[in-house]
Amino acid sequence: MKPADKKRLLREMLFARRFEERCYEAYMERKVGGFLHLYPGQEACCFGVMEAARPGHDYVITGYRDHVHAIKCGSDPKAVMAELYSKETGCSKGRGGSMHIFDVKHRFMGGYALVGGPFPLAVGMAKAIKMKGGDEISICFLGDAANNQGTFHESLNMAALWKLPVLFVCENNLYGIGTRIDRSTAVTEQYKRVCGYGIEASQVDGQDIEVVYNEAKKAVDHVRSGKGPYFLELMTYRFRGHSMSDSNKYRSKQEEETWAKRDPLYILKARLIAAKELTDAEYQKLDKEIIEQIEKDIIPFAETSPEPKVEELTKYVFGENDPYVRGGAR
Amino acid sequence: MAEIFFWEAVRRAHDEEMARDPMVICMGEDVGVVGGTYKATLGLYDKYGPERVMDTPISENGFTGLGIGASFLGVRPIIEIMSVNFAWLALDQIANSAAKVRYMSGGQLTAPVVIRSPGGVAHQLGAQHSGRMEKVFMGIAGLRVVTPSNPKQAYGLLKSAVRCNDPVFINEHEYMYSMKGEVPDAEYFHPLEGSEIARMGRDVTLFGYNISVHWCLQAAEILSKQHGIEAEVIDLFALSPLDRAGIKASVSKTHRALVVEEAEAPVGVGAEVMAIINEECFFELDAAPVRVSAANVPIPFNHKLEKAAIPDAKRVVDAVLKMFGK
Repeated sequence: MKPADKKRLLREMLFARRFEERCYEAYMERKVGGFLHLYPGQEACCFGVMEAARPGHDYVITGYRDHVHAIKCGSDPKAVMAELYSKETGCSKGRGGSMHIFDVKHRFMGGYALVGGPFPLAVGMAKAIKMKGGDEISICFLGDAANNQGTFHESLNMAALWKLPVLFVCENNLYGIGTRIDRSTAVTEQYKRVCGYGIEASQVDGQDIEVVYNEAKKAVDHVRSGKGPYFLELMTYRFRGHSMSDSNKYRSKQEEETWAKRDPLYILKARLIAAKELTDAEYQKLDKEIIEQIEKDIIPFAETSPEPKVEELTKYVFGENDPYVRGGAR
Repeated sequence: MAEIFFWEAVRRAHDEEMARDPMVICMGEDVGVVGGTYKATLGLYDKYGPERVMDTPISENGFTGLGIGASFLGVRPIIEIMSVNFAWLALDQIANSAAKVRYMSGGQLTAPVVIRSPGGVAHQLGAQHSGRMEKVFMGIAGLRVVTPSNPKQAYGLLKSAVRCNDPVFINEHEYMYSMKGEVPDAEYFHPLEGSEIARMGRDVTLFGYNISVHWCLQAAEILSKQHGIEAEVIDLFALSPLDRAGIKASVSKTHRALVVEEAEAPVGVGAEVMAIINEECFFELDAAPVRVSAANVPIPFNHKLEKAAIPDAKRVVDAVLKMFGK
């Protein structure tokens, strides 16, 4: 990875961190309602994989911890924040919310709230890609706990059976909501569970973006070259609770401190500083710029945007004026 | 106009739509090499190949979700779920993905899938193969539910469902695939909303759908010939959305209504139609509306018990006579 790319990625990850922290503040101010699942700690997973893939070209689908994935695919952070504020200018026109960010123009095919729900959808998109003969791939980002759903097993089987171009990225943050993985899962190393389906799989550190990128490159090449699905397990940790309603009492201070030292931002920043490609002053300046962008650009847009009109409550339930509802154009 | 079997009508709609549009595929358990448990996809595997006529693993939620995901990118899947009793396993993908994605994406993404599945009482199939789920599906916002009562509707509803951009569930019936009926030789698209007057009458309206339309028609003949009561039979081929205007128009004419359903009564089609009657034309009624429904039991295996569990023409006649105080 070139130094310039590393610096750009550091900026992107720092932006994601500050964006999520600002979501937290907005939630505490009661400007954002509903559920909120934040990404800090796991940034290297999304950015490392998508750096190896083609954002905006490849189709991406994920669960409810979805803001950052959308932004990396090309979504305007203003529209993502406006969606959290449930505004008409939001990605999903205020109808989706934090868990349902959609940006089809950038091929971000949505955040879904049913754990494991996106697995078959991702495989279906891969089926469509194969039928149409494109060079895109379908990428499904989900957590380790999703792998205890039936859809995981059904989807892996079909993806392998039909050799479909789908990359499963398992962000293993060791907890399914508040239950530690070894208390919910007999085989905790997720990539081993995939072997039974004849799918190529590997496990790497999810905190070091260069490690993620290098492994993801192999995985993406494998899938794009028509060799069928790939399962990439990234060992990671979320620094915050599962959602805002999380007491976070199930993890020890010691464990949290251990993982805090493996912050993906610090790892990359320290490496760039050691290689004299970045100074601490530059980093501070970058941070200040990002915070300014969020405060001066993103938050005011979300706050001042209009809400959806109540008269449009039932818009988007069905398509409008579909001729076949009336039996076609006879 | 040719008289063909119900299964042939379904097969013809598949074939025409697949011939027209290479993005139309069909998928499900045994739809390919076997040609479908009820022959709805007979011969299509040889004609269109395994990429478009997909024999799936027995993974209902998985392959339904796969079809939905493919539809996001322009594929038009016709998904067969072998028995509607297995659709319980696919309910998450149908209800949470297909039906909600347009709304929760603010109109960016749609899931134009067709899910066809037969349910109902055939011959001693037992409790886990004789259930019906239309009441579940018609309660899901964003999902269209239609149910053919004859081969013409089976053909025309599937044709329209494939081309409609909303997800459509087609409720078929195991017992009806061998039923014969006339289907237009020319291409025909049946509306996905509305209702049909299957028989004109002035004294009472019998609402039926799918198999119960036939019980209503038989009952209407008996009522006319033996009792001088002229029943109107309304075929509710669209269960969601229901035809409010059609229900109101008929009841406003006959002033009496019965809803006949093969399913058990609670939270069902009958309950919903009666609610609409209350809301739309309560003061037109000369008698309290009545439901003729299945007993609220898992469908028994024993043939006598099975027969006792569901309505038939005689029960419809009895209910009408009771309504008229005869």
